[in-house]
Amino acid sequence: MRIVIIDDSGLRATVLEEGLRDAGYDDIHIVPPRGAFVARLERMAPDVVLMDLGSPSRDTLEEMLTVSRALARPIAMFVDQSDEAMIGAAIDAGVSAYVVDGLRKPVLELAVRRFNAFARIQSELDEARTALSDRKVIDRAKSILMKQRGLSEQDAYALLRSSAMNQGKKIVDVAQAIIIASDLLGGAL
Amino acid sequence: MTTTLRIAFLPLTDAAVLAVASELGFAEEQGLSLDLVRTTSWATLRDRLVYGQVQAAHMLAPLAVAVTLGLSQQPAALAAPYKLNVNGNMLVLASDFAKALEPNVKSRLADPLGTAHDFAAAIGLWRRKPIIGVVHRFSSHAIMLRYWLASAGVDPDRDVVLRVLPPSLMVEAMLADEIDGFIAGEPWGSAAVEAGLAEAVAIGGRIWRRGVEKVLAFRENWLSDNPDSTDRLLRALAPAAAWCDDPAHHGALAHLLSDPRYVDQPAELILRALTGNIVARVGEAPIENPDFMMFAREATSFPWRSQALWIYSQLVRWKMVDHSAENATRAGTVFRPDIFRRALADTNVPMPGASMKLEGALDLPLAVGSRRGELTLGPDRFFDGRIFDPERIEEFLAGFKSQR
Repeated sequence: MRIVIIDDSGLRATVLEEGLRDAGYDDIHIVPPRGAFVARLERMAPDVVLMDLGSPSRDTLEEMLTVSRALARPIAMFVDQSDEAMIGAAIDAGVSAYVVDGLRKPVLELAVRRFNAFARIQSELDEARTALSDRKVIDRAKSILMKQRGLSEQDAYALLRSSAMNQGKKIVDVAQAIIIASDLLGGAL
Repeated sequence: MTTTLRIAFLPLTDAAVLAVASELGFAEEQGLSLDLVRTTSWATLRDRLVYGQVQAAHMLAPLAVAVTLGLSQQPAALAAPYKLNVNGNMLVLASDFAKALEPNVKSRLADPLGTAHDFAAAIGLWRRKPIIGVVHRFSSHAIMLRYWLASAGVDPDRDVVLRVLPPSLMVEAMLADEIDGFIAGEPWGSAAVEAGLAEAVAIGGRIWRRGVEKVLAFRENWLSDNPDSTDRLLRALAPAAAWCDDPAHHGALAHLLSDPRYVDQPAELILRALTGNIVARVGEAPIENPDFMMFAREATSFPWRSQALWIYSQLVRWKMVDHSAENATRAGTVFRPDIFRRALADTNVPMPGASMKLEGALDLPLAVGSRRGELTLGPDRFFDGRIFDPERIEEFLAGFKSQR
């Protein structure tokens, strides 16, 4: 069974591909929805096409499915139209599937699980990224305090923390305010 | 008690009425809270509606007809009791291609028939078969483009390539030389003009002066099961539409729509369609098109059955569906003037007395029978002068035979 994943996000496509390979599918191709992707897809003659429901290129793909001669067999959105729960789960997970010839429920179930797994990884990554940028903001505020007030790094941090506690704010918000104030007052750094 | 309704939309200027109903308190006055779901493709908007993830959608009128006829993936009976706008599309072509057309852009836009013939003559001179982007096969844009091309003897399925692309990727595709022009809802045509990539070549409202565009579509069974929510929603949209049409509000509306939650494009570009001051070539003075996009006046929102049937006639014409009495009935009943009348019965919205009319028969504004209030219909001519009589679809279609 040839499965083509059309996806912009390298990471999500990889997460999905790994899942499919673990489940024993080995004819898997990833095609980004750019330029002449429709012609590439047509040459591949896939049995299943998986695509991010949020991709703006879905209309382009569907047009190809409507007019293509290479993929003349009927193709339907989702595996079994009567399976409302499955369809709901797929839409919630953000995956759309175009299937040639009959039921491919296991593939779609797997895709749903993998899309959900990717969403989790993505939100963890976002959190990590936020944590990283918070750290940079705090470091910058510390160095402003160290320079302006002649404090040690430890004391600068203690001052940030106690101000945050007194005002009932997050340290990063206090740090941000210090940076803005320093910029407005034309301070160095 | 507030009822929440989820409504899917695409980031386009003609989603204005929904945004305004939600943001400016019109929905709240009716005890509604609108959860507007921004969607990036018509396929996903259709799926969200058909599979019940949203209760309503800002949908291309021909797509609502096509889904009901089973032409676009999972068939579902859809119902459109309210039109969200009339007009609002623009065809733009690469500046190099436009050199073969009338150089005075004002004259070019004022004469769609002449421009269509200029286009036909220019096809052979271009370095490839012209590739024109359309947003969907079942879009008012694609249908109008086909109508315009065919009037000059251009076969849209043979003499040009129509490539489906999402509106938001059209400008990028022009930059990459993947397309030679496109027809899409605003602000995307203006964005291509502003980028110096393209010139305006035709305006939807000059092809059909009162062209059907987006409707508010529901699943038919949801509509019949939820008359109260439906009526409240329509009663929220009517004053929101009147607000959108008021020139005094265009600046504020453009600002609202420029928000990333809606269109996410510069307010200045969005404003062009609202005021109808269209810049056809970058750097030139705008050209006035007061009917470029309409939301409320002339009973714009009223879903004339004859308009659903006109769409159907074009789907038959281009062999997207076979003509039968049954198909015609199903297509015509997608538009639901009965619901419009029920919902807005006790309001001051002018109410046409009929549900069907001749399309394309008015040269001048005409005062018509209205159950309440004054109602004047604007000129609704097609640029080629044809008149569509919904009772005589076969005759109308036979008139096109010589063009194919």
